[in-house]
Amino acid sequence: MISEIGHLTLAIAFAFSLLLAIVPLIGVHRGHGGQMSLARPLTYGMFGFTLISYIALTWGFLVGDFSIAYVANNSSTLLPWYYRITAVWSSHEGSFLLWMLVQAAWAAALAVFSQRLPLTFAARVLAVMGMIGVGFYLFMLMTSNPFDRTLPLIPVDGADMNPLLQDPGMIIHPPLLYFGYVGLSVAFAFAIAALMGGRLDSAWARWSRPWTLAAWVFLTLGIMVGSWWAYYELGWGGWWFWDPVENASFMPWLIATALIHSLAVTEKRGTFKSWTVLLAIAGFSLSLLGTFLVRSGVLVSVHAFASDPTRGLFLLSFLGVLITCSLLLYALRASKVVSHTRYDLMSREVMLLGNNILLVTATVVVLIGTLLPLVHQELGLGSISVGEPFFDMVFMWLTIPFALMLGIAPLVRWRRQKIGELKVPMLQMLGVAVILAFVLPLIFAEVVSGLAVLGLILAFWVLWGTVEELRMRVAQREHKLPAMVKLGRSHWGMVLGHVGFAVMIIGVALVQNYEVERTVRMAPGDTFTEGKYSFEFKTLEDRIGPNWVSDAAVFEITRDNRRIGEVVSEKRFYTIQRQIMTQTGLQVNPWRDLYVAMGEELGDGSWAVRIHIKPFVRWIWMGAIIMAFGGILSASDKRYRLKKKRPKVTGNVTGNVTGEGSA
Amino acid sequence: MRYFMLCAYALAAALLWGALSPLAASPAAEFYEFETAEQERKFNQLTRELRCPKCQNQSIADSDAPLAMDMRQRVYQMIMEGQSQAEIIDFMKVRYGDFVHYRPPVNASTIVLWVGPALVIVLGVIVVLVQVRTQKDEESELSEEEAARLAEVLNSDRKE
Amino acid sequence: MNPKLRLLAFLTPLFLFLGMGVFLFTGLFSDPTRLDSALVGRHVPNFELPDLYSPDRSHNQSIVGGKPMLLNVWATWCPTCYAEHTFLNKLRAEENVYIIGLNYKDDSRAAAVNWLQDLGDPYEINLFDQTGLLALDLGVYGAPETFVIDAEGIIRYRHVGDLNERVWRDEVGPVYYSLYEQGER
Repeated sequence: MISEIGHLTLAIAFAFSLLLAIVPLIGVHRGHGGQMSLARPLTYGMFGFTLISYIALTWGFLVGDFSIAYVANNSSTLLPWYYRITAVWSSHEGSFLLWMLVQAAWAAALAVFSQRLPLTFAARVLAVMGMIGVGFYLFMLMTSNPFDRTLPLIPVDGADMNPLLQDPGMIIHPPLLYFGYVGLSVAFAFAIAALMGGRLDSAWARWSRPWTLAAWVFLTLGIMVGSWWAYYELGWGGWWFWDPVENASFMPWLIATALIHSLAVTEKRGTFKSWTVLLAIAGFSLSLLGTFLVRSGVLVSVHAFASDPTRGLFLLSFLGVLITCSLLLYALRASKVVSHTRYDLMSREVMLLGNNILLVTATVVVLIGTLLPLVHQELGLGSISVGEPFFDMVFMWLTIPFALMLGIAPLVRWRRQKIGELKVPMLQMLGVAVILAFVLPLIFAEVVSGLAVLGLILAFWVLWGTVEELRMRVAQREHKLPAMVKLGRSHWGMVLGHVGFAVMIIGVALVQNYEVERTVRMAPGDTFTEGKYSFEFKTLEDRIGPNWVSDAAVFEITRDNRRIGEVVSEKRFYTIQRQIMTQTGLQVNPWRDLYVAMGEELGDGSWAVRIHIKPFVRWIWMGAIIMAFGGILSASDKRYRLKKKRPKVTGNVTGNVTGEGSA
Repeated sequence: MRYFMLCAYALAAALLWGALSPLAASPAAEFYEFETAEQERKFNQLTRELRCPKCQNQSIADSDAPLAMDMRQRVYQMIMEGQSQAEIIDFMKVRYGDFVHYRPPVNASTIVLWVGPALVIVLGVIVVLVQVRTQKDEESELSEEEAARLAEVLNSDRKE
Repeated sequence: MNPKLRLLAFLTPLFLFLGMGVFLFTGLFSDPTRLDSALVGRHVPNFELPDLYSPDRSHNQSIVGGKPMLLNVWATWCPTCYAEHTFLNKLRAEENVYIIGLNYKDDSRAAAVNWLQDLGDPYEINLFDQTGLLALDLGVYGAPETFVIDAEGIIRYRHVGDLNERVWRDEVGPVYYSLYEQGER
């Protein structure tokens, strides 16, 4: 019964999406208000039925309905209830259903919050969301139905959830990431709707910006949680692997970052319109491309889908049609937008263009790096690999100009900046950055690493630039502090975004150059000393969980003979899936992580133990959280809350926006 | 078969997840004793830069395939014999091709990795320069249509 | 700018995307795990390995060459090798193909010998590579794998996966027989 309800509601949701894709546009075409305003109820219907379908699958997991093939393959009677809920998205079909739910949720949110938008525009935006829905629902129903039955042979127990994913990090990582991926479809829908209407203007940018910021926040947090999860779950302490699957999430993030900056220019200055629209299209296109790469098996796998390319083919056709149409529409409409703006080489506009160029370059690096092995082989040139050493090097080189520009960009005025005025602050920034960058490593390390110093110079350059900027903003005011508060959330959002980036650079620079990784042979009773830290292997005990048994090693850690804590590192054996997993022991503070992971038993009672000391590694994720918080502040700026009054803004905007004829 | 098991589940997880990563299950039942910390660092770096030919996207450091173990063993031997990083990488490339190293060689077929991004930057800079130069030298105003529209938007916002 | 040129410039993203799409499409139908051997065109590397049956006897690179031959990598833990074995026996019996067997990292010598006694031995010479020494030098990444070697001892082709009627007819066989034709000329 459950599976029939789920399947049926999924089909109904598909029907709603189909109507949503068609009816409002007919309404717009005929100027029929009634048909246009159908967009909202249709969106709610699409969301409602998707939700029921999703609940049905979750219910199947909770009660352990093994007549549903997907449940049987990804759950078991021993799985705790909370992992049964997250097991819904532990494999292809269910995770796609979650994706659909998230997509419908964004559409529904748009329907709720678009009351102030002109009806034709809202109708177009929602219709575009419907079109995306049509493709995805069809994909689910035709190739990836999570409600397929195991009839007539219903298994007594399921095959269990992949043990790697039985972890708190995995509870939140996929939903966050999906909210980010799919959230870019909103920015996309706004862009397409604007192109359809032939109107690219500041108003469009203003409407689109909070949505884009929200999606960007989710994407940032999703990627961050994923990195954090990989760090402690995989047992060897890496936090980024440049795997195609990660790259697939990184590319939309880079473009989304470019987009939120470019939208700011379009909103405030009315320029870069066609460029901003292109970024909005590219962002969602890359998130679709990522989905394709991950789920079709073209890059990673021979095991999963490569032998049956139906899914890949479907996804490719869908994204092919969607992106081709969008880019064609873009070429036809955006090429008619003529720009009459005026700005000097030394201006905020050019700074932001530089930021965009570098972010797009970074995206191109990742894209070429991810796809070249495929192309290389298709051209018969043999197999090659593009991975960490390549990406690390190129990204280091890209970060240098990026951070240098980022540091001064907030100080530069719109339109025209006399470079002389910036000499003093720039010299100050340089002084602070260089001094701190050399002093900081001396505090906790004997050697000064050149690359670490470079990273720190960039980070402090950005940080001090932010401080200078705040100082300039309130220089004329009598009461500095209240004036700072009054700067507005959007402004503080920018400040935090940049601070977060600097914090992340500090983390990366220090952990890459000062981490210590040792693999040692230890038996209970042994002590290993590295620098100031001593790790004593106290005991080895057996532990038993709901669906696993483990060898748990307890380590006591002392620093200069003072006890600072105890960590437990486990080697877990998941009995149903017959997999061995490492549970890392972590002792953390903001300045360093002590990382203990059990390797194999070496006989004679001793174990290979991985002990890592990772200075400032937390700062990488802290930086991401700060950036995301900045995004939240920006998105919640009162000028986006359309219901409230915005005193004085009229004058500012009309004064600032320079003319640009739109087609 | 035992070759495939770990790779398969790692890949399955990565594929289904949409987000991560070459999964290391556990380090293998082996242990390498080094004379100096420098040797261990070199070993860690090399095993992370060399790709296991069997598991499609894992370095030999985090793959459990027997082949990866053999390769680690060989890397260890060569380090202990005092061979340089370049020598070890060449040794593997002779046997497994360019595929085995995560840093692709620079040649005619891979040059796009560097030229592509450089082209984007050059193009971007040219466009910016041309834009700045060719701007009309008059104070421009909002087009009539745009001004009207902006006013409309702002008014509608204000009504509430 | 000329409107047509301008339109063309704005079409660039579309062209780039379509170009990429072609590769994604063809990529769908090819196996991303296929690797080309780096050793094709090179001489079989030097080695010194014990015989499978008698641990005291050892073989070296001199057994390779003299006429076209196959070198087949196999192990008892490899189920595909089991499927392949019948075909190898047939190749030897019906087409008189000269095959060197490389037993790769097997569980034990006894297991391998038993296997050959039970299923028949298609190999002229049996090498026992317990540590995967020669296999590593050959760039082997699994079993079964088959190398086609010419009379000079140079590797001419490498097939990953099992040999069967179809593979032999379409891929490996033609290479093998072409080596004979070249030899006669």
